This record gives sequence, structure tokens and C-alpha cells, in this order.
Amino acid sequence: MKDFCNYDALDVLCPMHMTLSASGHIQHAGPTIQKMRPDLELVGKRFLEVFVINRPRAITTMEDLRKLKDVKLHLALRDPPETSLKGVIVPTLAESGEMIVNLSFGISILDGVRDYALTNTDFAATDLAIEMLYLVEAKTAAMEASYSLNQRLQGAMMAAEEQALTDALTGLKNRRAMDHVLAQQIKNGARFALMQVDLDFFKTVNDTMGHAAGDYVLHRAAEIMAEETRGQDTVARVGGDEFTLILPSIPNEEVLARVAQRMIEKIEEPIPYEGQECKISASIGMVWVHPGDTRSADRLLSDADVALYASKRAGRAQHTFYKPELRENTMGASAKPTF
Amino acid sequence: MHGLINRSIQSFVETTYGRPIWEKIAYAGGLDVSEFEAMLRYDDEVTLKLLDAASEVLERARGDLMEDIGTYLVSHPNTEAVRRLLRFGGVNFVDFLHSLDDLPDRVRLAVSELSFPKLELRAHGEDSFSLLCAAEIEGFGNLMMGVLRVMADDYGTLALLEHKGRIGANESLLITLVATDFSAGRLFDLGARAG
Repeated sequence: MKDFCNYDALDVLCPMHMTLSASGHIQHAGPTIQKMRPDLELVGKRFLEVFVINRPRAITTMEDLRKLKDVKLHLALRDPPETSLKGVIVPTLAESGEMIVNLSFGISILDGVRDYALTNTDFAATDLAIEMLYLVEAKTAAMEASYSLNQRLQGAMMAAEEQALTDALTGLKNRRAMDHVLAQQIKNGARFALMQVDLDFFKTVNDTMGHAAGDYVLHRAAEIMAEETRGQDTVARVGGDEFTLILPSIPNEEVLARVAQRMIEKIEEPIPYEGQECKISASIGMVWVHPGDTRSADRLLSDADVALYASKRAGRAQHTFYKPELRENTMGASAKPTF
Repeated sequence: MHGLINRSIQSFVETTYGRPIWEKIAYAGGLDVSEFEAMLRYDDEVTLKLLDAASEVLERARGDLMEDIGTYLVSHPNTEAVRRLLRFGGVNFVDFLHSLDDLPDRVRLAVSELSFPKLELRAHGEDSFSLLCAAEIEGFGNLMMGVLRVMADDYGTLALLEHKGRIGANESLLITLVATDFSAGRLFDLGARAG
């Protein structure tokens, strides 16, 4: 049979083309498509035996194929690796009904190149496949560099946050530090006490004597709390005039009660400020945590708050240990009371 | 200047001469940072200060230094990605040389903010070429010389390279091919990835 086209030219222009006889048998396969099936002699095989057409649907015969004009085919090799390909099929001028089908990897180019060890020469000089591969590789490298920069920045940010554990005004620990210590204590499962301290009449000082006086009072109260506790204790300012203390290894409730009482007494001593006296006090709520206690950090803080409100309700300037009954008393009051 | 440039210089110095020398250079150059980020942008001046300080501390002329940087960029495992990306340019060394005109565009495709000096290849016959490099930074021609030397090896080609000097802001190289099949060269597998 006489060749109806110049295969040498087609091999250069479209190295992934095939010509099909009217009966649907492969007459000629371009070098790259043949390279993909080195152990299979494509010439002579039925096209639809080697490839499955996934789209358009229901193409099972050459007759179906012949009717397709200017339609993009989605097809795949039937045998593994079942590489998916894109293709287009056109009739030739030959009266005997031959067709030419040209294939390309489309988006599966990366797998294709790897699976079949393809090189630059396996693609037409005009094919953008190599540029595409270049681009994928270049972008991957650039993304990796960006990713590693982001990671370093995130690390630096976390380090900076980690360092920011101090309350700037009082020099005590801040809420972040307290959360951290509390979580650590819970994890350790050791005995410790949690103390919520709220300054009484602080708002009055702030309102009547000014913010500078308020700040001074906070400073002084912080000093007292630091003095009345040990090095191993954590004293944190967690709100305007709210403090949380974490006291590990306290032998018994009496010791804790004494610490609380002494703190209140010291805070109640008038604080001289620019010729005037600032008078405040403190209310304290305490929770005693024993080994085996399963309460979460949030629950412990909430229990300490409940005890604190009990102190406030009972007339301020006192300390209260948390007991579940206290919670029942406060159940009615859904909003946080103001003092 | 794109951080990639400064980072490459840092990486070259650290790998070749060690961290203490790098810190000495960063100090001598009066740089604010001793650690360059590849994906950040720096003032152009920083790169010039850096190169001057490196020349001074390492006691190497700018040209020699730049050639070493070029060599490092395409031969060290740290920067294997660069070699691979360059290999996409052509199937053999001559093909690669002809792709150099496109290199600034290729670089921009990879990292859009990175501007790469213009290159122009002229063929003077089958075995002789000259490469004109727009070299805003003095010694860019030398850097390209280092790159080409390694790439010729990579393709298994024996080539002679000669720096023809600097005129204005241009430097030119003379490239003479001695044998294009001098050795097997290094394998380039399209589907592989730089680690």
C-alpha cells in the first residue's frame, strides 16, 4: 500500500501521532508514542484496543470516531502505566479512509516524562512541554524557598511571642505566661493552688485620683503579691485589676489561707501617692487542686472566679475556698457581677 | 536587588570558606544583616558592599571572585536546581549557548521579580561564539564564565573561555569549542527533580 503522507515530516512535527487505516488499525506510530510502549509493536494493532476513549463518552467503534470532528479526545492507554492523554483525530485526503490522530500529554506531562524517561528530543521543537517542565521545576524551587522563609518567620514570631510573657506595667507575668504555667501544672498532676485576686475600690482610685494614681496602686499591689509569694509561685496580671496566682506545693489550706489573709492586709494599708492616700483592698477566690483532679484549666479558673465572687458578695476584703455549693448560689446570676 | 543574589553569595562564602569568614565579610561590609533571605528584596547597594567586602576579606579580585561564584552556582549540590533549570535550555552545549539570549526571560518566568542581566550570543562560525553580557555589576561576565565552564563540562563539551574585558557596562566572553563530544557529560533526566 502506498503511503498517503510523509511520515518523516510527521514524525518531526508530531512525534506523538499515529495514522490509522480505515479499519482502525495503526499503520504508523510516531517515535515518542512508540517509545512509550517499547515492547509493543503498535503498528498493526487496533487503535481502540490500545487506547480507551474516556471522553466523549461511548466511543467504541471506528465509526463513532470518524464522526468526531474538531473534538478534543480524552483518552488513556489501556495497559499500565495507564497514562492519560489528550488527542485529536482528523481524516486524511486519501479516499481509502485513513485517519491521523495526534496525541499529547496535557496535564499528565510530569508523570509521562518520568514514566517513559522522555528527553527534550522526544518533543517537537515547537512543543511547549519542555518550557512547562522548566516552569514547574522553577516554581517548585521558588515555592520551597518561600515556604522556608515563611517557616523561619513563623519561628521568629513564635520566639517573639514566647518572650512576651511579661506584663509591661507591673513587671509581673501576663496571661499568656499564666496559661502556660497552669497548663504545665495540670499536666504534671501535682498539688497546687490557684488564686484569683481582684482589687477592691481600684476603680474609685482610678476615677477620682487619675490613671497615674491607678497605675501606681497596681504597681504597689503587684509588689506586695510578689513579696508575699515564693520564687516558685507565678503571679500574673490577667486583667485591669485582676491577678491570678499559681502556688505549687502548698502543704495545707491553712498555709494558703494565711498567705491570702496577709496579702489582703498588706494591700489594705493606705498607699501614699502625691500627698494623698489611696485606699484599696482585695478579694480572693482560691481553688485547691489535688493529684488526680481532672478539671481543665478553664474550669479551674472558673471555679476560682466563683470563689472570688463569693468573697465579693460577702463584703469584700476576704478570701474564699471554692466549694461546689458556691457555684449553685451563683447559677442565677448569668452575667459577671460588677463591683 | 533580589535576595536570591545576596543569598547565593552568602551560600557560596559559607560553603567555601566557612561561617566565621562569612561573618567577617558581613561585618566588613557594614551590612545590617548577616543572614540574607532568598525571598526578600534588598537595596542594590547591599550587593555591591557585600562583593567589595568579600574581595577585601578573601583577598581576591572581583573578577576571580565572581567566576568562583558562577562555578559554585552550577556545580554545588546546594544549588543543583540552578544547573537543572539551565539544562532545560538545550539538548547540547551549542543548543544551550543559543538559549542564553532567553535566559533573562526564563529567569523571570521562574521568579517574576528577579531581573537578570541581558545576554546576547553571537556566532562567529561553527566553533566560535562571543557572549555579550550587560554587566551592571562589574564581574558579571566572569560569573557567566564560571557558569559556562561548568555547563560545558555538564554537556561533555571541551570549550575554551576567555574574558575579553569590560567596555562601558558590557563585558564580553569568547567561547571556542574544541570538542563537543569530549566526554559523556552528566545525565539530565527531565523527570527527575533537584533534591
